[in-house]
Amino acid sequence: MAAIVELHGVTKQYRVDGKDVTALDGIDITVERGEIFAIIGYSGAGKSTLVRLVNGLERATSGRIVVDGTDVSGFTERQFLRVRTGIGMIFQRFNLFRSRTVAGNVAYPLRVAGWPKERRDARVAELLDFVGLLDRAYSYPDQLSGGQQQRVGIARALATNPSIVLADEATSALDPETTQDVLDLLRKVNRELGVTVIVITHEMEVVRSIADRVAVLDSGRKIEEGSVYEVFAHPRTDTAKRFVSSVVHNEPNAGDLERLQGRHEGRIVTARVGEDGRLGAVLSDVARHGVRFEILFGGIGALQQRAFGSLTLELTGSDAGVDAVIAELRAITEVKEESR
Amino acid sequence: MRNTWEGDVHLPLLIEALGKTGYMVSLTLLIGGLLGLALGLALYATRQGSLLPNRAVFAALNVIVNIVRPIPFIILIAAVQPLTVLLTGGYIGTERAVIPLAIATMFGFSRIVEQNLVTIEPGVIEAARASGAGPWRILGTLVIPEALGPLILGFTFVFVAVIDMTAVAGIVGGGGLGNFAISYGFQRYNTEVVWVAVIVIIVLVQLVQLLGNWLARKALRR
Repeated sequence: MAAIVELHGVTKQYRVDGKDVTALDGIDITVERGEIFAIIGYSGAGKSTLVRLVNGLERATSGRIVVDGTDVSGFTERQFLRVRTGIGMIFQRFNLFRSRTVAGNVAYPLRVAGWPKERRDARVAELLDFVGLLDRAYSYPDQLSGGQQQRVGIARALATNPSIVLADEATSALDPETTQDVLDLLRKVNRELGVTVIVITHEMEVVRSIADRVAVLDSGRKIEEGSVYEVFAHPRTDTAKRFVSSVVHNEPNAGDLERLQGRHEGRIVTARVGEDGRLGAVLSDVARHGVRFEILFGGIGALQQRAFGSLTLELTGSDAGVDAVIAELRAITEVKEESR
Repeated sequence: MRNTWEGDVHLPLLIEALGKTGYMVSLTLLIGGLLGLALGLALYATRQGSLLPNRAVFAALNVIVNIVRPIPFIILIAAVQPLTVLLTGGYIGTERAVIPLAIATMFGFSRIVEQNLVTIEPGVIEAARASGAGPWRILGTLVIPEALGPLILGFTFVFVAVIDMTAVAGIVGGGGLGNFAISYGFQRYNTEVVWVAVIVIIVLVQLVQLLGNWLARKALRR
């Protein structure tokens, strides 16, 4: 795969009340063509600034930015106008033009790009069909629900056939069900049109449901980056762990553990369930060591089409027997023994 | 003439005065409105963080507006007299009265325009920028439509203020309803004539306000 957006040592400083505030600090990120890349962080982490560097709505203080093979680091505002035609953007609050109809909103970037009227009309119809709003072409944004407004936002972002779409908290103002619809639509944009999507979010659920890779941003620094599976399975930093635990509920928290330990005498271990699914093979054979097991807690779901989850087990038997079982489990997966 | 309303005497005068008021108001709103819109757009565009930020230009425009706007209209008429003479070779007459009227309107309306434009959500402007539109295009195609409803209400407000000012413009030979009320009513102790003029002005203002509200509602689709 080839890189479509590259950030090398990008730094952004603001001057606030005579003092320099560092919003982004030495960011290196490479987004591959055709992927959905998520940037997650708490508010104030600098992610909105970061995504705006790509289309020049904000300028880096230092560092190099390459978009679709062109180094845009030193571009003027005028030079960026051309770049922006090839990059769509969708927003948390939709930012539709209230004075224009749905069709007028979608047509705006086409007017800017100088498309003649017949081609423009055909393209608007095609886009509204794609987002499922052909029947609302002559409605005004105020007359639409939040989810519909974001669909218009997506159609507008796609108007000029961009190779990149930037989604800045695109689902944060929507209810959970509508969020899923909009995420499905973004996935469709990515899969069917081959558009690279860069998603900015503070919701790990968004990352889990659509992203291929994710970078974790904290106080202007990139603290973690990897495939979504990797980061979910092995979060290295506390921030990443907090994000993962916000959507992964199959591991018992401190309160759950206390309750479990109050009720169960045996030793408690939590084993990760991966794609190979050999946990059952080991468990079906624990009697060999004079050990019994009980499943106390856990869950198994899918992440990027791979099994992902964990089971918390009570193992009862002689210490030596339980040790032997834990060793067998450790041979096939990660196991954590919960201390009493 | 007795001190009462006499239709055969006063009605033709009233109609003529109404015509002059209409003429002055229309010309003033056309010239002052367009100039005020341009000045308001310039104030909006050049402020910090806006489309064409320029500290020096904004500061200069801001100071000029702040100097001109508080001048009472009657004093403004006297103050711009040299300019009126320069432009038209005199200072008495209906057309000439339009010059101070248009200046007052321009500066008053510019602030109203600016105030309404700054309420446009910055995100909307950002969305236009993200789609590749340059600042001039955004100013020309998006900014005014997005604030159209409040702009119409602001223009209506100015419209009513201009009707008020044209009454004062009577003193430089502008004629019109104010002049009619003063010359044929007040100065001749004819209260009835004053009241007829007042009622005509009230009706005129009401009609303008109704029209403005209706147009603004259409623009806002509410």
